[in-house]
Amino acid sequence: MPIGAVIEFTNITKRFGNVTAVDDLSFSVEPGRVTGFLGPNGAGKTTTLRMLLGLVGPSSGTATFGGLRYHDLPHPLATVGAALEAASFHPGRTARNHLAIYATAAGLPRTRVAEVLHLVGLADHGSRRVGGYSLGMRQRLGLACTLLGNPGVLVLDEPINGLDPEGIKWIRGFLRDMAAEGRTVLVSSHLLGEVQQSVDDVIIIAQGRLVHRGPLSSLEMQVAPQVVVDSPDRAALANALTRAGVDFSQGRTGLLATAADPARIGHIAFTAGVEVSALHRQKKGLEDAFLALVDGGDSR
Amino acid sequence: MLLRAIRAEFAKLLTTRIWWVLAVVLFGYIAVLSGGLAALFAGIESGAIDPRAAGTGPPGTPPLGSLPPLVYSFASSVGYVFPVLLGALATTGEFRHQTLTPTFLANPRRVQVLGAKTITLFLAGGAFGAVALLASVGVGALVINAFGVDTLLGGGATWALIGRTLAAMALWASIGVGLGVLVPSQVASIVIVLAFTQFVEPLLRFASMFTSATAGIGKFLPGAASDALVGASIFTVAGPVGGVAAALDWWQGGLVLLGYAAAATIGGYFVSWRRDVT
Repeated sequence: MPIGAVIEFTNITKRFGNVTAVDDLSFSVEPGRVTGFLGPNGAGKTTTLRMLLGLVGPSSGTATFGGLRYHDLPHPLATVGAALEAASFHPGRTARNHLAIYATAAGLPRTRVAEVLHLVGLADHGSRRVGGYSLGMRQRLGLACTLLGNPGVLVLDEPINGLDPEGIKWIRGFLRDMAAEGRTVLVSSHLLGEVQQSVDDVIIIAQGRLVHRGPLSSLEMQVAPQVVVDSPDRAALANALTRAGVDFSQGRTGLLATAADPARIGHIAFTAGVEVSALHRQKKGLEDAFLALVDGGDSR
Repeated sequence: MLLRAIRAEFAKLLTTRIWWVLAVVLFGYIAVLSGGLAALFAGIESGAIDPRAAGTGPPGTPPLGSLPPLVYSFASSVGYVFPVLLGALATTGEFRHQTLTPTFLANPRRVQVLGAKTITLFLAGGAFGAVALLASVGVGALVINAFGVDTLLGGGATWALIGRTLAAMALWASIGVGLGVLVPSQVASIVIVLAFTQFVEPLLRFASMFTSATAGIGKFLPGAASDALVGASIFTVAGPVGGVAAALDWWQGGLVLLGYAAAATIGGYFVSWRRDVT
C-alpha cells in the first residue's frame, strides 16, 4: 500500500510582473486525510498547485513532498498523482493510448493502463478518442492518469467541476477511500459546499494569501451559531425570547436566534407555553464562515 | 531514462493520425511530380517527345544535366516541407492541447524530453525520407526505364544520393521541432513553414543567384544547404540564365542544416520550453 508523504509549502510566492498571485504561503498537508484547498476563482490555487508540481517556477520559497521538490523525485508518477483543471488531452488520441504514453514516459508497466481505466469506470471506453468524451468522462480520465503510478499523494485541481450528481457521489467516496488507505489527498475547489462532505482539513486562501487553516470543524467556530425557531404565534415566541434575553432577528422562515443552542430555545418556548413549529440549527454556518474569510481577504 | 522518453515520444507520434496522413500526401505528391517530370525529360532525352515541342535542343541532349539524380532528388528538394510540418506539429501540438502538463509531470527533466523529441522526429524524418524516395526513385526509375534511358540505379553515386536524402529529411524534421518550440503557436508555425518553404526561400534563392556576392550568402539558406547535402535539385538547374550557381559541399550543407536545427531548438528551449506551464 502506498504511503503518503507530507506536502510542505514554505514561504512560496509567485509574482507575474507587478501582480503577486501567490503571496508567502506556508502550510503543510498531512497523509491519511483529505485536505480541501479553498478560495474564490483567481485566489491563486491553481498557480500554487502548479508550483508544487514543478510546472510553474516560484518567485521564492519551496514546495516539497517529504522534503523533495517534484523535480528531484526519483519516481514522480509513483509518488504524486496530479489532475489539473485544464483538459490536457489530444482529442484525436484514445484514452488507452493517452495513458500508455505517460506510463511509458514514467517507466510504469503497461498493465496499469487497463487497471486504472477500470478503477475510474472507463474500462468500456478506453478505445474511444478523447475528443468524443463528456466533461465527466474527461475528469475520470484525468483521475485515471493520477492513479497510473499508484502514488501516495494525490493533488486534484477542481475535480468535481462538471461532474453529474452520480459522478460527484462517486468522487466523494473515491477521495475518502484514498485517504483511508493512508494517502495524502489535496483537493482544490472554489466552493466549500462541493467538498464539505469529503474533507477533514481546510486551507483557505484569498488574493494569494493564507486566511485560514485547520480542521473543517474549526470553520464553524468562526461564526456565531444560529438557531431557526418558528411558531404559529410568532409574536408570542418573540416576546418569550426577548424576556429570556436572547438576541434574534426576523427571518423568512422564522426567528433567527444568535449565540444559542436549540435545546435552550426549545426550553424557553416550552416554559412560556408557546407552541413551536420549527426548531433547528442554521446549516449555512460553514459557507458563511468561508465567505466571511474570503471577503476579508478581498477587502484588504 | 532517455530511451523511455524516446519511446514515449514515438507513442505520441504514432497514436494520432497526422503522421500517416502526411506520409500518404507526401508519397502521392512526390510520385506524381517525379513520374510526370521523369516522363517529360526522359521523353525528350530518348526522342519520344519532339524537343521542338518542349523548346529544348536537338534530341538526345539531356535537357537539364543528368536526369535520374534530378528526378530522385524531388524526394527532398520538394518533399522537405513534410518532415518540417511533422516536427512542428509534434511540438506545437503539445502547447495547443496542453499535453505539456502530463508530459512534464511524467518526466520533469525538460531538456531530456526535448532531446527525446528531437531524436524521435529525426528518425521519423528519416522514415519520411524513405517514403519520399519510394515515390521519387520507385516511380521515377520505372518511368525513366520505360523510355529506355539509364536509371543509374547500378551506380554508387545514386545510392549515395539516396543515403544523403534520408539524412536531409531527418534533419528537416528536427528543424521542425526547433521551429515548434521557437514559435509554439500551431497556426503561426504552419504559416511560417508554408510561406517560407513554398514562397520566400525559393524567391530568395533565385534572387541571390544574380550576383556572386549574394550567391555566397544564398547558398547558406536552409533549402540550398539541403540541396547541397543531397547533391542534386531542380532549383540548382532552374536558376536564372547566366546566373551564378554557388553551392556548398555536401557535408557543409549537412552541417548548415544541423546548425539550423540546433539553433532553433536551443533558442526555442529558452523562448518557450523552460517557461511556466500554465
